[in-house]
Amino acid sequence: MRRPRVREKRPATFYLLASLMGLYLLFLYGPMIIIYILSFQGPDGGVTFPMVGFSTKWFLDILKPKQMADIPSSFSRSMLLSSLVCILTVVMSVAAGLGFRRRFPGAAVLFYLAIASLVMPSLLVGFGIGLGFQFLDLPQGLFTSALGAQLTWTLPFGLLTMFAVVARFNRSYEEAATDLGASPFQRLRWITLPILLPGIVGVAVGAFTLSYDEYARTTLVIGSKNTLPLEIYALISSDSTPELFAIGTVTTVVSFALILAMLALVLRLQRRRTQG
Amino acid sequence: MITATLGEKKAHARRRRAWLVSWMQVGPMAAVLLLLFALPTLLFLVVSFFDYDRVGIYPAFILDNYRDLLTTPATWRIYLSTMRFAVMAWAITLVLGFYIALFLVFHIRSAKTRMILFMACAVPFWTSGIIRTIAWIPFLGRNGAFNTILMKMHLTDRPLEFLLFSDFSVMVTYIHLYTLLMMAPIANSMAKIDKNLIEAARDCGASRFQIVRHIIIPLSRTGIALGSILVFTQVIGDYFVVKRMSGGQSASIVSALSTEIQAMQYPPAAASAVVLVIFVGILVAGIMRVVDVRQELAR
Repeated sequence: MRRPRVREKRPATFYLLASLMGLYLLFLYGPMIIIYILSFQGPDGGVTFPMVGFSTKWFLDILKPKQMADIPSSFSRSMLLSSLVCILTVVMSVAAGLGFRRRFPGAAVLFYLAIASLVMPSLLVGFGIGLGFQFLDLPQGLFTSALGAQLTWTLPFGLLTMFAVVARFNRSYEEAATDLGASPFQRLRWITLPILLPGIVGVAVGAFTLSYDEYARTTLVIGSKNTLPLEIYALISSDSTPELFAIGTVTTVVSFALILAMLALVLRLQRRRTQG
Repeated sequence: MITATLGEKKAHARRRRAWLVSWMQVGPMAAVLLLLFALPTLLFLVVSFFDYDRVGIYPAFILDNYRDLLTTPATWRIYLSTMRFAVMAWAITLVLGFYIALFLVFHIRSAKTRMILFMACAVPFWTSGIIRTIAWIPFLGRNGAFNTILMKMHLTDRPLEFLLFSDFSVMVTYIHLYTLLMMAPIANSMAKIDKNLIEAARDCGASRFQIVRHIIIPLSRTGIALGSILVFTQVIGDYFVVKRMSGGQSASIVSALSTEIQAMQYPPAAASAVVLVIFVGILVAGIMRVVDVRQELAR
């Protein structure tokens, strides 16, 4: 006879910690929700409450190129750069993650190099790269110095994520494939990569969003044409209208859409796996 | 005898081949990090010994940049002020991050709820830090939401001025931005703890406090170390939040440095960059000495 599972009574600490969690989430989302609301401020309203009417004026303002800032073109520049950073980070991190499964001479050096690149104060990375480009007389730009500066930020994150992904990977699948006569390439293409795919999607979205929001490493090496965060940065000191909040709302929507798409994709991959 | 050495040779060759495969796999990342991180770092180390004047910089080997930097009282003041922020942010995010991780890992029973709550904490991290920083301005301002609520509730009859453009708002922003960096590694460590250990401790009569004190804290030390490294280095490397949220009242190590860079005074900027790198390096190495992060990450 099966005994019905008795639910253990919650201890008092549960309720204490649950309220802490609730307060933390309120703290996390409260201020952001306020700027989302304020971005719908009426045309005569200011940057604080009360709301003076309701309009989408500030969102339409974003589309108008101005002297101080050109949000639409910086947005497309950011998208382009982030896509490239994302692709490069995925390829290099997945390869390196697989490489790190074996012990090899130099593994510790490379690991500490990645950690150092991660903890290095961001502005200094840009400073160093900027100096290098100046000494070599190379032109700084979106797809040269800025791309490089962002990779020093996304690659360590990609590598650490891959460590976690690879640690959960059961190598007997690979051994079974080899025993059944798969070539190394077939094994990688049909066994290893499909199993690691949800983790790889995670690396891709992580790399994209980190690059899309990056400003501290990029600011000194961007050249003449800004990415979106740098354009926003420039706008903050000159502009004090709700347009800033509207920009914030739009970029947050972009980030959220991306994260939700990733979650949906990962869930689908997992469901297909459990069914198949 | 001969077959043994032959076998040895074969094994050796096979190991060599395996190394070669690994080197090819990590090669692209190693190349990028060497070229765009290690080399530029060496470069500003070299430039820190250069001479400069208003017109340009000149290759030399002088220690003047370091002497000027270390003998200026302002340098020490800025380091002290940044360290004060860093220690405070570390302590608060540690307590907050630890208890939230504890709640998620040990108190939430359904894996789905845990996943949803964790995502709720993590998602803002993937959105713009600049936007999350300025989001506090309409909340904490003189006519901001928080003051309005306080006045409506008659808790105060005039708006609190210290909320915005002060050390307080800088601190609030740090906690908002970086608690996840502490919480996620700790939760990751906690998730690896065998639940039977907790059961066993409870059967032996350990109280909840004792379980946390003697089992959970020691076993999540990797996460605590990793989180501490991330929070410390982020706060020390910050220049935007301090500039924006203190209303120009506080400076940070890096904001002072960026002023020098903008003035094109590269040698002194490089010298203070080197000092900062050494400072961060000692800090991180100190934490990594206590806990072997690499060993435990690979687990």
